[in-house]
Amino acid sequence: MPGWLKFAFGKSVRLAALLAAVSIITFVLISFSPVDPVRAYIGADMMTVGAEQRLDIAVYWGLDQPPLERFLKWVSSMIQGDFGSSMIYREPVAGVIAERFWYSLSLMAAAWLLSGLIGFAAGSAAAMNRGGWLDRVIQWVCYTIASTPSFWIGMLLLMVFAVWLGWLPAGLGVPAGVAAEQVTIADRIRHMVLPAAALSIAGISAVALHTRQKLIDILDSDFVLYARAKGERGWQLYRNHGLRNIALPAMTLQLASFSELFGGAVLAEQVFTYPGLGHATVEAGLRGDVPLLMGLVLFSTLFVFTGNTAADVLYRLVDPRIRGHENDSRNV
Amino acid sequence: MTRVMFDSVARLQTRSAVYPIDYKRRSLLILLTAAALLMMLIMAGWLTNPDALSVQLDQRNLPPSFQHLFGTDWLGRDMFVRVMKGLLLSIQTGLAGAVCSAMIAAVLGIASALFGRQADRIITWLTDLFLSVPHLVALILVAFVCGGGMKGIVIGIALTHWPALARLIRAEAMQLMAAQYVQVSRRLGRSLFWIARRHMLPHLLPQLTVGLILLFPHAILHEAAVTFIGLGLPPHQPAIGIILSESMRYLSSGMWWLAVLPGAALLAAVRAFDVIGSHTKRLLDSQQYERL
Amino acid sequence: MSLLQVENLSISFARYAGWLRREIIMPVRQLDLALQAGEITALVGASGSGKSLLAHAILGILPANASLGGSILYKGEKLTAARQAKLRGKDIMLVPQSVTYLDPLMRSGAQVCLAARGGDPRKLQRAAFRRYRLDNEVEQMYPHQLSGGMARRIMAASAFVSGACMIIADEPTPGMQAEDAAETMKWFRELADQGHAVLLITHDLEAAVAGADRIAVMNAGMTVEWLPASHFSDKGERLQHPYSRALWNSLPANGFYVPQSDWRAVSSREGPGCPFASCCELAAAICREEQPGMREGERGWVRCHAS
Repeated sequence: MPGWLKFAFGKSVRLAALLAAVSIITFVLISFSPVDPVRAYIGADMMTVGAEQRLDIAVYWGLDQPPLERFLKWVSSMIQGDFGSSMIYREPVAGVIAERFWYSLSLMAAAWLLSGLIGFAAGSAAAMNRGGWLDRVIQWVCYTIASTPSFWIGMLLLMVFAVWLGWLPAGLGVPAGVAAEQVTIADRIRHMVLPAAALSIAGISAVALHTRQKLIDILDSDFVLYARAKGERGWQLYRNHGLRNIALPAMTLQLASFSELFGGAVLAEQVFTYPGLGHATVEAGLRGDVPLLMGLVLFSTLFVFTGNTAADVLYRLVDPRIRGHENDSRNV
Repeated sequence: MTRVMFDSVARLQTRSAVYPIDYKRRSLLILLTAAALLMMLIMAGWLTNPDALSVQLDQRNLPPSFQHLFGTDWLGRDMFVRVMKGLLLSIQTGLAGAVCSAMIAAVLGIASALFGRQADRIITWLTDLFLSVPHLVALILVAFVCGGGMKGIVIGIALTHWPALARLIRAEAMQLMAAQYVQVSRRLGRSLFWIARRHMLPHLLPQLTVGLILLFPHAILHEAAVTFIGLGLPPHQPAIGIILSESMRYLSSGMWWLAVLPGAALLAAVRAFDVIGSHTKRLLDSQQYERL
Repeated sequence: MSLLQVENLSISFARYAGWLRREIIMPVRQLDLALQAGEITALVGASGSGKSLLAHAILGILPANASLGGSILYKGEKLTAARQAKLRGKDIMLVPQSVTYLDPLMRSGAQVCLAARGGDPRKLQRAAFRRYRLDNEVEQMYPHQLSGGMARRIMAASAFVSGACMIIADEPTPGMQAEDAAETMKWFRELADQGHAVLLITHDLEAAVAGADRIAVMNAGMTVEWLPASHFSDKGERLQHPYSRALWNSLPANGFYVPQSDWRAVSSREGPGCPFASCCELAAAICREEQPGMREGERGWVRCHAS
């Protein structure tokens, strides 16, 4: 079997096992929950709704059946692509997630790129000046950011740029009171700047510190010692050997950080009331929208898995050591 | 033939040593400072007079002053007292979660090494499984399942934060398991539990301690985040997350102190924990060459 | 005048011995050496005697926590950090010992090009590849694809294209088959014949005697003796220092004579007197009280009271 096919097969099996395990755990957790979904659904109208109506609602959601049956039914319809209906949005879960994913995707992509680039540059600069003042400043800033609640960064940005300076809108994904077809791309971008900035600041420190450490390991290696003996130094040394050897690990780390990215997006979207997946997750949790919450748990798992798999694929494509190994094994 | 020529060794030493005093002493100093700061924050939370939390309508919306260090809120409550009490609550919740999490990590990490290949595979898979759902999503799920409150957060943090530490402990325990004296103990018929207690735990304790301290910051930040979202501690408890989420409503009114100062206090506490953890790690790292 | 003169060089490091206790270790304490253009000089000593550190000290690439004492003169002038930075790779070139010194993610041709000075890198690299019998395909290979022999040729080629007048080879022959080692030594002989100064750092006394013009013997961070390679002959009668003699006589060809005492046990000893006083068969009262200075003998020098 060719290497890549084996790889793809292995990954698919892993993904299937992962999603199965996550659905089972989620379902078990929720079925033990003291929260009554019917009560959560009705909310403040509880007093006005009679017992009969409540039973009707329970039957409508299939809540009157035993948990195992409910689980099997849920799984079988999920395999057919039906994730159930969201209670709060009164729409199919798949549709809610798809629509909001586009909002979140642009937000997360922008923050991902920005934090990756800034973090990489900062980490490189710190390592190349190891022990110097620049290194200490960069490290200090990174450790401080890592200790800062990311939603608080969002609040500070909101206060400065939206309230105080008034440069950018304070929230939502599109201007309020404007018809959907009149919203321009520029509007959407203006609404995305602050949440994306908050999200990328939160992401910088991990990349920067990791890049710094990797580059320091590289700079301590035999081959950099030899390169220095050959007279290479400074920017030239960095370009010839540093960049070459840390670009891949940094990319991998950044791809493996999808989990933190998603978590950060939840908070950033909450602060800026940005209508993305994170906001939906919070709403689903707060208002007991079980189908949507389960859909989001599975979707975020898939999202994180995609990042990790992309990192693996990247390694196999780019690193000549692994690439060469693949070729060798094929020749045998 | 040979002229003996001494270079001033002292001069060369100052050139090559970037830190003027050796860094372990420096670490110890920083560690103690951070610990003192943290103690002050905790003491402030304990000792401040809860009477200041009563509603005083004639003292509403005051900016920071000597009388009210962090200003007052829209009900005239002293923000400094609220923040210190809130911080104490957040730290307690975070600590409880982190301790549970570290215990899970220790048990699973040691079990991985102790019970052979099959157990190790299962635990490794479990570790990957828990890493595959974003922390915050998992926390929201657990908080929802527990119906909010302190219990939900502590369980949520305990369940989500162990995998990274478990991996570290596992690697270390694997090495210990292969060590000669452990192998000898096994041949002598010692039980696995005896080996875990006598050979593993004492050696893993420093790592575990550092790992636990370094878990605090994450745990506290996640507690604040979940509470901020509204799924954590109930609104009548003055947790930092609650204070910050309430201040969201006053952001546009120019009352900056409601958001800036509580957040900064939280940052200081979390950073103190982080400093304590990383410098303890440095100090425990014996036999290390003096390098940067 | 010597091209390079190392005088009373010491290299020390500070490290932690426990929680807060620091200690200074000094792997190199008294190193003297002189290098002539057109000659191969071998620095011979057991592994761990601090030989490789000399190469790094000459090039100025010691780790940041190292402290230096003594002096290094290059062309009669003191080798300062600024001068070292200028000379590295241009006047002085290192030939490292193993494939780990090559960038794992860079094609070998490009690595040789990076070392080239004074001319079109590509042309120099091609010429060096021909000289060291490397196929053109090797240019495109990554280090993990190279055989040990190819890697050594690549590093020799790098030294060749640099045009440096002084070459430092760090353990170039150990673990090699006899003919490979002979070929490697042939490269260095060619370079020396062209007027380069070659410093060979090795623990292989046999190879050093066969290939070098002069030999400096090192033990416990000190050079104990510096003499022409031809003096290593017969039963070592022309060797002055007891350690050199013990080293020479312990070679398989010379009857495996194992010295009574362990010469390496002294490496951490401090205080007055000769550091080898406790293990030397010839030690007299003066050896315990006074550190021996350098005494000139026929065409070399030795650091010993007894000789």
